[in-house]
Amino acid sequence: MTVSTAAKIAYDDVEVGTELPAQTFNVTRATLVQYAGASGDFNPIHWNEKFAKEVGLPDVIAHGMFTMAEAIRVVTDWVGDPGAVVEYGVRFTKPVVVPNDDKGAVIEVSGKVAAKLDDNRVRVDLTATSGGQKVLGMSRAVVQLA
Amino acid sequence: MALDQSFVGRSYPPTDPYEVGREKIREFAEAVGDANPAYTDPDAAKALGHADVIAPPTFVFAITFKAAGQVIADPQLGLDYSRVVHGDQKFAYTRPVRAGDRLTVTSTIEAIKSLAGNDILDIRGDVHDEAGEHVVTAWTKLVARGAEEA
Repeated sequence: MTVSTAAKIAYDDVEVGTELPAQTFNVTRATLVQYAGASGDFNPIHWNEKFAKEVGLPDVIAHGMFTMAEAIRVVTDWVGDPGAVVEYGVRFTKPVVVPNDDKGAVIEVSGKVAAKLDDNRVRVDLTATSGGQKVLGMSRAVVQLA
Repeated sequence: MALDQSFVGRSYPPTDPYEVGREKIREFAEAVGDANPAYTDPDAAKALGHADVIAPPTFVFAITFKAAGQVIADPQLGLDYSRVVHGDQKFAYTRPVRAGDRLTVTSTIEAIKSLAGNDILDIRGDVHDEAGEHVVTAWTKLVARGAEEA
């Protein structure tokens, strides 16, 4: 089934190996507080250093769902229409540790076309790292192209 | 203690409708720093063929995870939530979530596994709109780390 989409990328213009523009995303403690409020996830491991350390974490960590939200921006910025994303999945492999300073942490995300599927769809594989560690695994999106 | 396998396949009653608001979508898009106008400008969303502003792909997790709370808090299942971490997350969309949607979620336990002392719970959340049409399905894998011996 072909979903109607206003994707600005044409299926015929991409091939397996086509790279999407990479992006970096900054995350500070303030970002996490804002995301907690917007998402309703107030788990203290995302804002309370004392609590995070008591449960064995090195420091406050970002919400996995925050990292997942950032990573798909490499796809939605590329394709233009976020409604073109028909599947998206990740595995949370390592936490993004966010120190209490004005720099915070950086999440680096790159993506490439891994497979051309039927109905003008492609599978994009994403790579997300922070501090040199891979923070998402099996990070894949199926995207409806024009 | 391993979770009871007889819970596999169990579905929970659909949630009360969650009404998706334009300003809640805006708040979420701002929180993730995403300036795509499809999330905040109805005209931009319409130009892409959407009836109203749409939500970022992961927005719906707040709704499905709240619904999964029925499973997590089920005293008969007995999951120790203080030991739970989010393992995997996946979404499959029939269409994007948009402002004005009234969404209900039906949560189902898809699998329960025990691996290296950890309990692994797969919960599927099927999201439907007011007309009963499918919008998105969310799969959430939760891992309850095994309790350390005292």
